[in-house]
Amino acid sequence: MTGAVPDPLNQLSRWLADGKKAALATVIATWGSCPRPVGSHMAVLENGDFSGSVSGGCIEGAVVEAAQEVIGTGRPKLLEYGVSNEVAWEVGLACGGRVQVLVEPIT
Amino acid sequence: MRQDFLRLVVDRRHQKQPFATVTDIQSGRQSLVDETVAHGDLSLTAPQLNEVRRRVSANRSGVMDTEVNGGLFVRVYSPPARMVIVGAVHIAQALAPIASLAGFDVVVIDPREAFVRAGRLADIQAIVEWPDDGMKQVAPDARTAVVTLTHDPKLDDPALAAALRSKAFFIGALGSRKTHAQRLERLSGMGFSAADTARIHGPVGLDINAATPAEIAVSIMAQVIESLRAEAE
Repeated sequence: MTGAVPDPLNQLSRWLADGKKAALATVIATWGSCPRPVGSHMAVLENGDFSGSVSGGCIEGAVVEAAQEVIGTGRPKLLEYGVSNEVAWEVGLACGGRVQVLVEPIT
Repeated sequence: MRQDFLRLVVDRRHQKQPFATVTDIQSGRQSLVDETVAHGDLSLTAPQLNEVRRRVSANRSGVMDTEVNGGLFVRVYSPPARMVIVGAVHIAQALAPIASLAGFDVVVIDPREAFVRAGRLADIQAIVEWPDDGMKQVAPDARTAVVTLTHDPKLDDPALAAALRSKAFFIGALGSRKTHAQRLERLSGMGFSAADTARIHGPVGLDINAATPAEIAVSIMAQVIESLRAEAE
């Protein structure tokens, strides 16, 4: 059986079965301290709902926005986030790591 | 990702065999690769397929061939680790859902119908058999943890013997230090060496002064995760 924590790929399948538009974000590379390992998935619905995670909550907001854009253009996008010392409120990883996230539309 | 490709990935995960998806980061083209075949719209050369299959065996996702078009991302999907719990006792009622939440496939073995009766284990898979037969059905491998909880040598001992003959990454037995010493003597009488029985964590669980069934389940889960991650390093 699967655990009680929702699985992003299953959620993605359900959204698509309902005729909704969605994208899949995946951690493809990490450097230094990062909370989620390579391969971690986050499914994003066109309205901004999401399932799964690509960080400890630090960059999810920005990834959701990028995913909504990708759903619109239909083209994959590679995102990169790192530590942001100069602008403390900028989107970044507080843990000092760097992460690359591939966002792909489901077509 | 195409919708039919997503369906393929989700279906393949249910089959509990390792595989990988390979994505061209620039074009988004993808193929699914397992031991024997590759499906999808991304063509891979023989050396690339070999590298992908090496990563599947090593359970190592990551980017390869970065010099070509931004690289290929390999996502390895390995079947979840398993936990076999012997004894549908009170601690099992807490341990089974905790392990399940931690991503383990959980199965409980107990020949006593009343202990496995509907409701006690919610939707956890149960095998109502003696541990000898139950362990044969489960066939523990290097991604399996075996935890005995019955306190009853008739049930615990055959399960531990089967676990010791397997490659299970974790073997644990509930019981005091005194009952564990007696257990080791019985297993030694069955022909297991000291090195064999040293694989058994007994009393099972990290020492966090756990008192209630749920707390003991947390201490067992923590010790299992410690072993799983130590293996991975």
